[in-house]
Amino acid sequence: MCETAVNLEIVVPNETRYLRFVGAIAEQLAKELDVQEDKRETLAFHLNLALTEAVANAIQYSTAVSAKDSVRICLSVKDAYLSVRVFDHGGGFNLAAVPTPDLDELGERGRGIFFIRSVMDSVQYSKTDSGNVLEMRKKIA
Amino acid sequence: MRAAKEVRDDRTVLSIQEDRIDAHNSGELKNLVLKTLEGGAKNVVIDLARVQFIDSSGLGALLSGYKNANLRSSGFALAGLQPRVRSMFELTRLHRVFDIYPSLQLALSA
Repeated sequence: MCETAVNLEIVVPNETRYLRFVGAIAEQLAKELDVQEDKRETLAFHLNLALTEAVANAIQYSTAVSAKDSVRICLSVKDAYLSVRVFDHGGGFNLAAVPTPDLDELGERGRGIFFIRSVMDSVQYSKTDSGNVLEMRKKIA
Repeated sequence: MRAAKEVRDDRTVLSIQEDRIDAHNSGELKNLVLKTLEGGAKNVVIDLARVQFIDSSGLGALLSGYKNANLRSSGFALAGLQPRVRSMFELTRLHRVFDIYPSLQLALSA
């Protein structure tokens, strides 16, 4: 379970058709937060993007282990920070080893983590006994 | 991937009828563009006016189309990018790579 008192917890099947759903929740959350009106639209877009990329990654990694698995997402707001955690049960990956893409290269893959890093303030990935978690934080006030 | 295909003069226009391109439908977009090129289209224009959101996999699908078009000496242009979509191209500097037009009309008159 999520540890903070105020949070949203979402569990979706390991299926990409739920990306639209989690992206829409992220946008709606941004619209409910106490942020400057002129920053709300950008925040909604960035949360949608970060969560879409993170959940797509989690589905990709989890599916390799068990197609019947699910992806758990915790969204919480505390001390003017929004925390988004995405849990997966796949083999995991080394976030520190994910390079910044060479933007002059025209590869079709490898920009997802770049986008997350671009729109969030911090990104961490850790392996725990109960699975892997990608935690993204963003200051909202 | 809902899309309308239309031939206008020497151009083949693929109008994407989705508001969102992500890992769920980007593979379909990639295949649609590839089949269009394999079908002999010489100048492809992707109309993205209805697309409000695109993720990294969607950009990858469009890059696939761009590279395939280059291999076949076919034109490949994008039109009607909404602000969020445009910002994704700018963040990755891909707006320097693609031929991008503000609208389909301008792409067709280019």
